Amino acid sequence: MTIVANERADTVEPTARRMITPNDLIMFGAIVLFGIVGPLLFPNYTFQIAVLWLMVLFAQTWDVMGGQMGYNSLGNIFFFGAGMYICTVTQIGLFTDVGLYTSSSDGGSFLFTPDQYYIGVAVGLLFAAIGSSLLAVALGWIVFGLRGPYFAIGTLGIALGAGELVGAWEWVGGGGGIPIPVYPGSGDGKSFFYYCLCFGAAMATFVFLKWLYSTRFGLAINAIRDDEEKAEAMGVHTMRHKTVAWAISAFFLGISGGLFGNMTGFIEPLEVAFPAPTFGLFMVAMALLGGKGTIWGPVIGAILFHIVKEATWTYFLGWQWVALGVIIIVNIVFFQQGIVGWLQEKYPAWFGIEVEERPSGVKGAAE
Amino acid sequence: MSNLVEVRNVSKAFGGVIANDDISIDVPEGQITGLIGPNGSGKTTLFNSVVGYHPIDSGSIKFKGKEISKYRVQQIARLGMLRTFQQTRIYGNMNCIDNMLISVPHRKAVFFDMFKPYPNELREKAEDLLDFVGLYEKRKLNSGDLSFGQQKLLEFAMALMNEPELLLLDEPTAGINPTLINGLIDRLKRANTEFGITLFIIEHNMRVIMNMADNIYCLAHGELLAAGNPDDIQNDQSVIDAYLGAH
Amino acid sequence: MLDNLNLLVLAPFLNVQLLVDGLFIGAIFALASFGLALVWGVMNVKNLCQGEYVIMGGYFAWYMGAQGIHPMLAMPVAAVGMFAFGWVIYKMIISRVVEKDMFTSLLATFGLAIVIQQGLNLAFGPEVQVAESGYSTHTIPMLGGSITVAEIRFYSFLICCAFAAAIIGFMKMSRMGQAIRATAQDVRAAKVMGIDTEQVFAFTYALNAAVCGVAGVLISMIWVIQPFYGITHSIRSFVVVTAAGFGNFPGVIMAAFGLGVAEQFGGFIFGAEMQQVTVVGALLLVLIWRQVQMARYRQAVQ
Repeated sequence: MTIVANERADTVEPTARRMITPNDLIMFGAIVLFGIVGPLLFPNYTFQIAVLWLMVLFAQTWDVMGGQMGYNSLGNIFFFGAGMYICTVTQIGLFTDVGLYTSSSDGGSFLFTPDQYYIGVAVGLLFAAIGSSLLAVALGWIVFGLRGPYFAIGTLGIALGAGELVGAWEWVGGGGGIPIPVYPGSGDGKSFFYYCLCFGAAMATFVFLKWLYSTRFGLAINAIRDDEEKAEAMGVHTMRHKTVAWAISAFFLGISGGLFGNMTGFIEPLEVAFPAPTFGLFMVAMALLGGKGTIWGPVIGAILFHIVKEATWTYFLGWQWVALGVIIIVNIVFFQQGIVGWLQEKYPAWFGIEVEERPSGVKGAAE
Repeated sequence: MSNLVEVRNVSKAFGGVIANDDISIDVPEGQITGLIGPNGSGKTTLFNSVVGYHPIDSGSIKFKGKEISKYRVQQIARLGMLRTFQQTRIYGNMNCIDNMLISVPHRKAVFFDMFKPYPNELREKAEDLLDFVGLYEKRKLNSGDLSFGQQKLLEFAMALMNEPELLLLDEPTAGINPTLINGLIDRLKRANTEFGITLFIIEHNMRVIMNMADNIYCLAHGELLAAGNPDDIQNDQSVIDAYLGAH
Repeated sequence: MLDNLNLLVLAPFLNVQLLVDGLFIGAIFALASFGLALVWGVMNVKNLCQGEYVIMGGYFAWYMGAQGIHPMLAMPVAAVGMFAFGWVIYKMIISRVVEKDMFTSLLATFGLAIVIQQGLNLAFGPEVQVAESGYSTHTIPMLGGSITVAEIRFYSFLICCAFAAAIIGFMKMSRMGQAIRATAQDVRAAKVMGIDTEQVFAFTYALNAAVCGVAGVLISMIWVIQPFYGITHSIRSFVVVTAAGFGNFPGVIMAAFGLGVAEQFGGFIFGAEMQQVTVVGALLLVLIWRQVQMARYRQAVQ
């Protein structure tokens, strides 16, 4: 086939929004800097900053589905809890009998040697990540034929049901929960150890997603978001992309669950592992606050959300949950595009988006 | 010459309304086949049956000798049969280049292809095709900001990017500026001759379809009224009656 | 679990007992589900705080019962109170999300659910409460055993039936009912025809809250309420509406009966603590079944 080309530029430019801009590098540098300096400046808040990184991870992984692919999951917290339980059970099961360990209130008299502990955490996190991904693939068969509200409700149901089911499963401690193996070292050592892992996990997620969105995958899931029927009609492997996207979310969420379980030292199904009304909703709210469907939105949203929440939490005198709900509603109803989304609308040039120059006032009329 | 699509005795009713009644149609490979008929004669219903948007009540639809009347839309698309929409459908939040890149022929992709970047050849091909339909200047604009006619051209270019064997076009000239129609006819013909894509076109504009098509089928009230080459159809009394309302 | 199954086989009257209980509970589910179907069908809002409205209605009854007033009398109070509450919520929040995409309404009402849960928790504490109706329990000998029917369940069943009849009559006869049905079919056409759709939406949403409030009053008397129990009721409503489709009132009633019975049997076989799991299981089953059904039409569930 031959096509007669008119006069035009010889070089083929890569699409601007997939490039790494100087702004990206500055932002990323600032965040890495804070990640390193933060715990040194505020040693008392190491745990809080570690949770901040987990929040960043939450928002990013939710955005893979909700923001980039348009599949708004209310049940992503399921993979957090699944990862937490898989990691813990692996940590215990590698060296002792799980049923025996969980049936006694103090974790039995079993003591982990430092080597056993570190091996357990490493293998546990790996299993948590892979196991959560596999669960995502399996559940994908059930939920990816659903669109819109059915998908959101179905995933919410999975998260709620999982909490109850694990609560009834005695082998993993049931509703009473499991005490986590004790860190072989000082408290400061523990918080530093897990701080590094949390920070590393969040940054790894960011870098991975930044790369992922630059591949064909990123464009394909955006297409599914914009018009899934069209994508199907064009032959895009929608099911494949949806499943992989969810598995990727689940991979990182599984790791975060394993980390959070080890940080708190005790896990139980309803409040810690599958808290759909708290963490489960936070991850959505944070992504929306920052601007869903953007690479920086979830990160900025999570940082802002967590700082505001932690700073004001104690001043609400019992009303904090009500206040939080109100904030989420206001955010959703009045400021849906989020911070980055708003900036993108206002200053498209910053994001490398080209807009046709039109006399003011005519814009929109042409549609 | 073999038939790419063979529609045999297809019937489809919506409630009590019989949209297609015992329709049989052939789309020969490498040619342009037209489908005409007054409003409400069941053209788009037949299209939707072929590409898998709804089940048919009875009959058989074969594509390259394969029964596809039970397949879902994406399975059919991956066999190499593509359709454009009467109301244009593009990804409005992406720029034109991205719209083109996402339309690469997915049926040739293996699992790990999804993690690859787009090579420069594909970008070049996308730009070539945008040039072909006359949208090169607009390539970096959000496709949602284009005019309706331009979006239609973009959708056509996206379909070409997909390298389909068969392209079904639902009223390609509707809503397009009359001065641009000649250009569009020319491009459709070139898509057929140069790219070797078989075309199956619903069209209301008689001048357009008579100019392009090798074979024409005419539907009226859900039934096949006439079939033949453009000259036959133009002189067929029943077709003239149907269009003038005497039927 | 197997013991329980065995018991069901050995004692047929138990099956009848569970069936009757299920039908009585299902009638109340039908009320709340009908509200959701209405809001979903008319204004395309997926109200995820449906269960919280039910629980709020329950607290009306419980509070009045605690003041020495018979909880049955709370029904009109709850209906009016919830109607007003629904109207205010519509004007404040829902009216701003009706036009937006579906996830906005889903998430906004989810946020609202959390606000209501926490508000109730602050106001009444996290304890499980029952509104004492003071009615007695009757025993009917049957099939070699005896099934017990609490009088209150029987009354609440009658009230549900009366309420359903009233709503159907209202939708068919009254001007507002006709306007609601017209709006459900095509908002734009209704607007062009001079129907104040804004008014219709507000009324529909408020009516939904009122219906939920009545259901809640009944729930608080024959079951228990607690600030955080709402989400299960929400999911029940979604199960029923998803199974029945939102334009289908007889379907909603049948699906609600079905869910009530399924829950009673599930609770008996798997144990009472698995009740929420049973509801979620029903949700997933219904969603899978809908997908299989839609696949035959070569469509996705949306």
